[in-house]
Amino acid sequence: MANVLVVDDSNSIRDMVSFTLKSAGYQTVEAKDGLEGLAKAQTGSFDLVISDVNMPNMDGIALCGELRKLSNFKFTPILMLTTESSTDMKMRGKAAGATGWLVKPFNPEKLLATIKRVVR
Amino acid sequence: MDIQDLATDIPVEGEHSIEGIDFITSGEQYLTFMLAEEQYAVDILCVEEIRSWEQPTKIPNSPSYIKGVINMRGIIVPIVDLRLKFNIGEASYHETTVVIVLTYHVDDFSRTIGFVVDAVSDVLNVKENDIQSSPAFGGCVQPQYVEGLINVDKNVVTLLNVEHLQKVEKHTLQH
Amino acid sequence: MSVDLSQFIPSFLEESFEGLELMESSLLNLEAGDHETIHSIFRAAHSIKGGAGTFGFDVVTEFTHLVETLLDEMRDGRREVVQKDIEILLSSVDCMRLLIEAARDKESYDEDKVSKTTKELSQTLASNETTNVTNSEQTTQTVNNASDNQENDELLTYLIHFVPEHDLAKTGNDPLFLFNALAELGELTIKANTSELPALNDIDPQELYLSWDLTLKTSANKEDIHEVFEWVEDECLLEITLADAINQEAPEQTQNLAVEQVQEQVQVQEQVAETKDTPSPDTEQTTTSKPKEKTKAKAKAKVEVSSIRVGVDKVDHLINLVGELVITQSMLSELGNDFQMDNIERLTNGLEQLLQNTKELQESVMRIRMLPISFAFNRFPRLVHDLANKTGKEIELVIKGEQTELDKTVMEQIGDPLVHLVRNAVDHGIEPADVRLANGKSAKGTISLDAYHQGGNIVIEISDDGGGINREKVFAKAVEKGIVEPNNTLTDSQVFDLLFEPGFSTADQVTDISGRGVGMDVVKRNIQSLGGRIQVESAIGKGSCFKVNLPLTLAILDGQLVKVGSETYIIPLISIVESLQVDRELINKVSGDMTLYRLRDENVPILPVYQLFGLATDFTEIDNALLVVVEADGQKVGLMVDDLLAQQQVVIKSLKDNYQQVIGISGATILGDGSVAMILDIPGMIQMALSYAQKKQQSSSEVGEFC
Repeated sequence: MANVLVVDDSNSIRDMVSFTLKSAGYQTVEAKDGLEGLAKAQTGSFDLVISDVNMPNMDGIALCGELRKLSNFKFTPILMLTTESSTDMKMRGKAAGATGWLVKPFNPEKLLATIKRVVR
Repeated sequence: MDIQDLATDIPVEGEHSIEGIDFITSGEQYLTFMLAEEQYAVDILCVEEIRSWEQPTKIPNSPSYIKGVINMRGIIVPIVDLRLKFNIGEASYHETTVVIVLTYHVDDFSRTIGFVVDAVSDVLNVKENDIQSSPAFGGCVQPQYVEGLINVDKNVVTLLNVEHLQKVEKHTLQH
Repeated sequence: MSVDLSQFIPSFLEESFEGLELMESSLLNLEAGDHETIHSIFRAAHSIKGGAGTFGFDVVTEFTHLVETLLDEMRDGRREVVQKDIEILLSSVDCMRLLIEAARDKESYDEDKVSKTTKELSQTLASNETTNVTNSEQTTQTVNNASDNQENDELLTYLIHFVPEHDLAKTGNDPLFLFNALAELGELTIKANTSELPALNDIDPQELYLSWDLTLKTSANKEDIHEVFEWVEDECLLEITLADAINQEAPEQTQNLAVEQVQEQVQVQEQVAETKDTPSPDTEQTTTSKPKEKTKAKAKAKVEVSSIRVGVDKVDHLINLVGELVITQSMLSELGNDFQMDNIERLTNGLEQLLQNTKELQESVMRIRMLPISFAFNRFPRLVHDLANKTGKEIELVIKGEQTELDKTVMEQIGDPLVHLVRNAVDHGIEPADVRLANGKSAKGTISLDAYHQGGNIVIEISDDGGGINREKVFAKAVEKGIVEPNNTLTDSQVFDLLFEPGFSTADQVTDISGRGVGMDVVKRNIQSLGGRIQVESAIGKGSCFKVNLPLTLAILDGQLVKVGSETYIIPLISIVESLQVDRELINKVSGDMTLYRLRDENVPILPVYQLFGLATDFTEIDNALLVVVEADGQKVGLMVDDLLAQQQVVIKSLKDNYQQVIGISGATILGDGSVAMILDIPGMIQMALSYAQKKQQSSSEVGEFC
């Protein structure tokens, strides 16, 4: 089953995303900010990254940019989890190499349905 | 079987229909003990343990029937001398003097108190309709402590109400 | 598939309250141009909004959205950070807290406050044009949702022309998955167009050269299809048309959509307007339908407070210690199975080890309950900020020693007394700026909070550089209130202690800040009930310092063991001033059998413990007797005991569990030999002695110290 890296500074959101994914049979690795996410990204192989945008230390956009520099994340789908649906955010995300975005409020059914667009 | 487990599992009043322990509940069991020449009984489900007498730590300015407190596995348990409380016989302490530790549960709350008696005698199986109400002109024991009377052969055993026994009167300053 | 997320509500709540605290403290320290701080405030609000949305706490989401919008403008530099906005944000934090608590307890909240703040927020936002951007975004989102619901049972056939850019894969998108997602909407036919495919040699494996014509027979609408392509729309050519419909229908539909959109927008605005003036229907529902649950929910909230968050390292440490204990235990029991006298040394070693293990385990367990005092201190910046605004005084708050740890229970109970003392310092301590300037001080007053460990206690100091306590004024007031006799001579500290007498207030006028009925006597009582004490130092014109001395924990106490007759008692070390042997010269008998002992310039009444407790002892002679001088309520007394034994830490056990509260006794403990010893309650014993003395000598006025 697919291995997903979940990056969010909010424990509860991270737990929920992770729980939802696990209950659908995915494996998850969690990180609490961009820096930790980047570090954990290099410790395994991932089929999908779901990251919050607003985080301390390294935000989701920066994380996305850094991940794309890694050879094994060149084509890995990266989804931004955000409450901001502004075009500006989307543009910045896209520019940094994000695959797409998931608009909060976080909804487990929607998450599972949506990630099927990028991962098995 | 562990008495304590039963005591917590079984509601103190009402239906006793838990599987496998019919032998206990088909007739209520009571622990009988002696105060001077008289026989008394308490519901066995309330009995936590029976200990030999040891000198407790005094509680300052407490009524004389409160002998003090002891350490029972880390719990501070007050000791009441029933003979003094009921004014029966002599409060002497020797090898056969025992302390019956009773725990009474109400909801989430429980209270554990040890009672000094002269000797423990027996376990009685009693059907509920064998318990008679006590005549109004009682002796030293105040009526609220008496649940009823049980005839055993030629003797009469006074069944005590544990809930009331456990109530402690507030002290006042003695001076 | 349905996923139940309700188990995450508690952690969301906990996180939200933490976030609110962070927002509050950051707002208080916020200075213009401090981007990092604004970012962190924004993030906190953002997370709360996100979580609240997930759990359906709509009122929280709506309100937080306004807050977030305002913060967003500050973050982007579209809005200057001005004090007025900070005040609004601070009261917004209060509202968010109210709303989250209400959502948690399914209870009603202070609607006036929330609607007032909502109004202020909306007005502030309205004053800035850029607000509209975020509003309309919200609208589009709502439209999407609306069209989601509006499902059409009729099967329609869509033709989708999809030409991705060559580097689509570089963002992690894969057409295959998109098609899979489309296939879930209905019946999908895929036709690939290979005309762009270059010669094999020219192919870059990282690029996409194909384009597709897809036919989808579905009951979903066009929006749903667009949504599947949402992430790639900018990187492809996408045409979606209805196959069997005439071309005109499409524009008509978009027009409808446009109308819908406008309507939605109106609706949203109405909703905002509604929250401004009256509570929204949602809110009303929660208020009216659940008044009965109110008390129950309150109780629940209380229960929740009693949880504790423990670092994994602390737990790991405990597990290690328990591991060691198990090893020691098995070693000892092996030794005990077949014990021979020549093994005595091993036994002693084993017991030594057991002692060590137990001690460490006890310390570690206690440490679990210890929290840094910052938990109690962190509310003060806001409090002082608000109070300074209210009184028009300029005040700086300095906090030191926030990392000092103390027991959670003590922490919970010391909060209110500290608030009272800080309010007092603002209200009575710090002078108005003009007075300060006239006295040659800086206009800005300083209040400091300091915490540090001293012996087995924690000391909390609340000091101000204000006017100090006017000794004469206090004394005169106490005389006026009949608390002291006018001809009494009192030391400074005795005068200051009068502040803690019931019914005492020195403020010329009762203000709404500290004159709220709760007096300093309550503060003192609360501190005493925690086994602590409070002292005052003050210098006219320089300021005052209230020193609160507390035990670190309520579960363990440092005690002095003493012997009286056959009994062993424990006197809390915190209340012991000194222990001494009575010098006959210094004894003064006054009025009958009251005995005073001259301790330097104070006369200390001697209380023979055996008398108070009605015990039999051989040590009844006062000459050469051992006195333990203790202090409570500013009153020193000498407890006469038979013998002083060891000092040791004891674990406090309640007498109330199986018995009842006993006058003069604060609890019991179990000593090393398994026996029980009573812990003396010093204030209680003094009370006891007082009523004892009063009964004996109803009409005496000679007892001086004692009245």
